[in-house]
Amino acid sequence: MNEQLTHMTKQVTAGKLTRREFMGKAAALGVSAAMASTMFADAARAADPKKGGDLKIGSIGGESTNSLDPATYASQVPALNGRQFGDTLVVVSPDGSIESRLAESVEASADAKVWNFKIRQGVEFHNGKTLTSEDVLKTMQRHSDENSKSGALGIMKEIESMKADGDVFSVTLNNPNADLPYLMADYHLIIQPDGGMDNPSAGIGTGPYKLEVDEPGVRHAYSKFENYWADDGHFDSVEIIAINDSTARTAALQSGQVHLINRVEPKVAGLLGRAPGLSVQPTTGRGHYVFIMHVDTAPFDNLDLRLALKYAINREELVEKILQGYGSVGNDIPINAAYPLFDDTIPQRTFDLEKAAEHYKKSGHDGSPIVLRTSEVAFPGAVDAAQLFQQSAAAAGIPLVIEREPGDGYWSEVWNVQPFCASYWTGRPVQDQMYSTAYLSTADWNDTRWKRPEFDDMLNKAKGELDTAKRKELYSQMGRMLNEEGGIICPMFNQFIDGVSDQLAGWEPDPYDELMGGQASRKMWFA
Amino acid sequence: MHPIIKLVSQRFALGILLLFGASALIFGLTEALPGDAAQAVLGQSATPESLANLREEMGLDRPALTRYFEWLGGILQGDLGQSLTNKLDIAESIGKRLGNTLFLACAAAIVSVPLAIFLGLLAVRFRNRWPDKLISAITLTTVSIPEFLIGYVVVYFISVKLGWFSSLAMINDSMSFGQKLYAITLPAFVLTLVVLAQMMRMTRAAILNLMQSAYIETAELKGLTTFQVIARHAFPNAISPIVNVVMLNLAYLVVGVVVVEVVFVYPGMGQYLVDSVTKRDVPVVLACGVVFAAVYIGLNMVADIVSILANPRLRHPK
Repeated sequence: MNEQLTHMTKQVTAGKLTRREFMGKAAALGVSAAMASTMFADAARAADPKKGGDLKIGSIGGESTNSLDPATYASQVPALNGRQFGDTLVVVSPDGSIESRLAESVEASADAKVWNFKIRQGVEFHNGKTLTSEDVLKTMQRHSDENSKSGALGIMKEIESMKADGDVFSVTLNNPNADLPYLMADYHLIIQPDGGMDNPSAGIGTGPYKLEVDEPGVRHAYSKFENYWADDGHFDSVEIIAINDSTARTAALQSGQVHLINRVEPKVAGLLGRAPGLSVQPTTGRGHYVFIMHVDTAPFDNLDLRLALKYAINREELVEKILQGYGSVGNDIPINAAYPLFDDTIPQRTFDLEKAAEHYKKSGHDGSPIVLRTSEVAFPGAVDAAQLFQQSAAAAGIPLVIEREPGDGYWSEVWNVQPFCASYWTGRPVQDQMYSTAYLSTADWNDTRWKRPEFDDMLNKAKGELDTAKRKELYSQMGRMLNEEGGIICPMFNQFIDGVSDQLAGWEPDPYDELMGGQASRKMWFA
Repeated sequence: MHPIIKLVSQRFALGILLLFGASALIFGLTEALPGDAAQAVLGQSATPESLANLREEMGLDRPALTRYFEWLGGILQGDLGQSLTNKLDIAESIGKRLGNTLFLACAAAIVSVPLAIFLGLLAVRFRNRWPDKLISAITLTTVSIPEFLIGYVVVYFISVKLGWFSSLAMINDSMSFGQKLYAITLPAFVLTLVVLAQMMRMTRAAILNLMQSAYIETAELKGLTTFQVIARHAFPNAISPIVNVVMLNLAYLVVGVVVVEVVFVYPGMGQYLVDSVTKRDVPVVLACGVVFAAVYIGLNMVADIVSILANPRLRHPK
């Protein structure tokens, strides 16, 4: 077999070449169709997951203070931990649909108010106990009762009652919500034996890997769980190493000490991608970087001033300089094409200094400095981004003043407190959840103080609307309204950038989160 | 009572008092930081209810003084308490981390202290000639470069390009002593480069200072070789300043190496303390702070005592 043919079969195995492309190229090399067909089948078979091997993941966001209790997950390493030892009822698949996990099937009543989750039978917890609908009920109770400190508490508020009956766990909602399964896919909602009521941080679940070592902020080691219910989870062991320093992370990947890393810095991604033995994988997600204004606080209660600021930001420049091209421009709404039911006909706001100056003049602002608070923790490059914003705003005659805040305490003292600051959102799997989290009048994290009854009405109507065309129309109207009047300036959506060793196969981009939505250790294998 | 025993016990009592003072100071300062553990844990996902619930669970709803004295009561009974954030036993976590920190510090100290003193002596022996200048040039260069940069350069060349040593200095209980030593080679090397200069320069300066004395001239005149003069007559009199600077550097190796820990992903005390401060985990911050303060106070006490013992005039006061 000549060299080119070998290379092609390798590409098939890595999933980079389709059958059609392979056959075409093989024919060009003078290989008979029958022969090419056999070769393709062999190569494709090699793409079947191989079992075994010890996977090492180097991840940002591991602190000595981390707990294995899923209710407390707020950074990357804990969230990854949950994906190793535990399962949620459902997960969001890379194409945005709902994939069953511990719930075998999901059924909704016609009004989308009552949801029944049929719980998979014969699933074993790592402590030997068998999964029942009672465990599911208790888990959900722990995350939603009034004593809860769960990160998922916000999304559990819509639930009116829950019950477990035989192998069915059912949820009754206060108001219809066609997206409930997406809420149940939240990474905090890992099903624990007895709901984790007795020992929430035991790290016992139904996942493919069993906890062996728990050293918060250092490493978490897992071994294959023999009685795991599904057929993914191909490795013998998985180790998650907390590497918070980005240079240390890339060095660990380059020197082969880890196979996967997250958060490759955009400024080194291009260079790293050229290093041998690894690839850099950018994934378009739903995360976005924002400058947020409180629409109820002067001077931001003036629509013209908000529009002036929106026109005065150079989005292309920010994508190029802050994200190094690893991302796309935003349109002052928290939604992009990675969301289902996105309306791509909403006009894109462009950088327009004339319009900015015009609106600024119309706003009648007295010319006093407008304070924009920023910090390195708001998002990577937030200080630089604020400076670029300041420069372009100055060109339109808008006097922005940057106040650089300490990273420590930013989320408690500045974000959601001060009227104008930099921030980021990791995005949510569906539009309803994103809007309900931050743009509903009553939302705790309404960080732009966007309180419009008509917007809330549309959101609630869309929630219960099972006709997707009508829903899309509602979301489109909401998007247009926010784009025109909202307090969010969204210049860019960032990509997740992961580093993947060539020893691994099975990479598939997943807009849900970095490292294949946290499921790389389940779906990948050693080539 | 022998004056030395009296002195040591006085120092010891003072040290304990100082520790209490330090713990109160640390507690006051962490309380003064914006936000609290509940807020830090929940971060952006905090809601008023979940905050209140978590505060109650952590006991943060009680007054600060009550919490401090509870902690003090616990520590007097040898109980460091539980971490606020992950409920793990602090004594156990610190034990492991402190063990790692001391291991790395010892490894670096065993190499760097004798090396620094030897290089210092060598520099004196060949003062103002090329070995002296070379030693000074190299050590002053390494101490002037920020340690993270030395770390990155070492990682890039030795670990990524040559593949000789691991860039992750991960050590755990299942490793043999040899494996552990191998794992910490690079951070120990970097730390050695960082602390070498100050100790070497101090040795050189202290001895050169003495070389001007009349008794050194006498020793030279009676025909001793330069090295004998340095070793027998100059060095014993230079011990006091050298020990002081060595102890300062040892203390640095224990309490000041968080940057090197981060670069080499080493599970030591520094990272533990920084994480805990970020998350406002007050009991852990206090425990780490007290351990660090104890190391500083203890090493300084050792330096004082050694200085006294090395000096006959202080040893036999009239």
